Amino acid sequence: MSAETTPDADSFDTPLVDARAVSVRFETQRILHEINLSIPRGQTLAIIGESGCGKTVLMKTLVGLIRPNEGEVRFDGRDLVKMNSEQLTRTRKRFGFVFQNAALFDSMSIFDNVAFPVRQHENVAEDEIQSRVMQNLAEVGLPSEVAKKRPSELSGGMRKRVGLARALILLPELVVYDEPTTGLDPIMSDVINELILATRRRYPVTSVVVTHDMRTARKVANRVIMLYPRRRLEAGQSQVLFDGSPSGLDNADDRRVRQFVRGEAGERLDELTRQRQALMP
Amino acid sequence: MAGTTFRDDIDVDATPPTRLTNWVSDWGGIVIDGVSTVGDITIFAYRMFTWMFTRLPCRGTTMINFYQVGVLSLPVVALTGTFIGMVLAVQSHHQFHLIGLESRLGVVINTSLVRELGPVLAATMLAGRVGSAMAAVLGTMRVTEQIDALTTMGADPIHYLVVPRFMACILLIPALTIMADFMGIVGGYFYSVIILGIDHAAYLQNSRDYVSGYDLFTGIFKSIFFGGTIAIVSCYQGFNCEPGAEGVGNAATTAFVMSFVLILSIDLVLNIILDAIYYSIWTSQPSFL
Repeated sequence: MSAETTPDADSFDTPLVDARAVSVRFETQRILHEINLSIPRGQTLAIIGESGCGKTVLMKTLVGLIRPNEGEVRFDGRDLVKMNSEQLTRTRKRFGFVFQNAALFDSMSIFDNVAFPVRQHENVAEDEIQSRVMQNLAEVGLPSEVAKKRPSELSGGMRKRVGLARALILLPELVVYDEPTTGLDPIMSDVINELILATRRRYPVTSVVVTHDMRTARKVANRVIMLYPRRRLEAGQSQVLFDGSPSGLDNADDRRVRQFVRGEAGERLDELTRQRQALMP
Repeated sequence: MAGTTFRDDIDVDATPPTRLTNWVSDWGGIVIDGVSTVGDITIFAYRMFTWMFTRLPCRGTTMINFYQVGVLSLPVVALTGTFIGMVLAVQSHHQFHLIGLESRLGVVINTSLVRELGPVLAATMLAGRVGSAMAAVLGTMRVTEQIDALTTMGADPIHYLVVPRFMACILLIPALTIMADFMGIVGGYFYSVIILGIDHAAYLQNSRDYVSGYDLFTGIFKSIFFGGTIAIVSCYQGFNCEPGAEGVGNAATTAFVMSFVLILSIDLVLNIILDAIYYSIWTSQPSFL
């Protein structure tokens, strides 16, 4: 991590996002259980963990897309759970969300997709919208001809970059990336990582990156937490297995963290063998 | 700081299930699901009405929906309306011929069309052509996180996606009903007068005498409820779509089936109410023949 991207220590005093004892369950399945997570301003936090551990649920809870069954989520000191829809709408102007598959609106052109947040929140002239959209597309390395196309005409990497341009057009204080490099080739993955870093260099944004790409976590984050599926834990065990800097991942005390970082199946192979034996006639 | 403290889940010491408890549990589950769905749809409709009366819908999305619901449905409604009129003539002619009342054929064809078949046919076509498509489009948007994207950008998905569709359905289904009525009347006239050779003047005279303005009003009035039902049910199914291609397919199918059942149920209830109003105002029973 370069020195210029390291946030000032003083600005870390007041957390921008503060989740307290957050529990989320869908019907009878409990996904998150009493998670506490505080994200200081300017920090880039990577949430890692295997599929189904609740990374995306936690991230959506942090931005008010999922209402927790228990606990509270504070953004800039105000509880998102207690906000009415108007307050939530105003607060969401301060969020940028980059979805896993970009979530671009099929029925709109790329230009209209990127312009959408501006038209939704600001009463500005069409000329200004035009210049801002083109500038944002240029910043993610997309030519102006792309603006007229539909999302279905773009490659996966281009769609992700359009999603990034759309998320950043209002210069949000918090940008949330859901699996930003999943499904991309290594080169395009690195392009996306560089764009995340470039955004942080451009202005003091706070970021949450949900990923299982360790290269992304190491490159863009200055803090990593690892979640573990609740169904695999024994009573009393914490769902957060690791909370620290990316450099500490390789030497983590918990064996499961080291296995995840190295991409080792570990005891899952034994589980698979047992399941096969149980199913075989 | 990140961390979590576990609280052990409560483990209920349950007695072993019997056939009776299984039966009660299964039926109880169905009843709870049914009540829950009705409650969800009611809340969904309430939120939609709240947005509709507090903020105008986006012009761009409204015009697109008006075009898809109204203009694109017109040809198919006109075509099916024509055939229904002709089918009614074919089906009724033999019975009327036996009692020597062929010249009154227009009465039964036109009354059936304007009171019942026109609005139900237009609503059925709308549910099949537009309702299923609404559920599939919104379901795909749900699955591909486009609805979540709208929310994160501060646009309420119900205001942005549902209100324009609802307005298009309730405002344009009367026009579609009138088109179905008109084409059905033309189709019935064509088959009765041109093919079956019924006297043109007698057919028109009888039709004019026995089809009242109230009949026409009844059909158009009912169609507004049908249109609103189609929009709410289809959008609700889309918003609550299960993930995957099968989920989207199920949402589209359920939207049509639920809309159709509700159209017929509402039709029955409104017919009873409207007839009661009619007879309370005009007192005497209307005579067809």
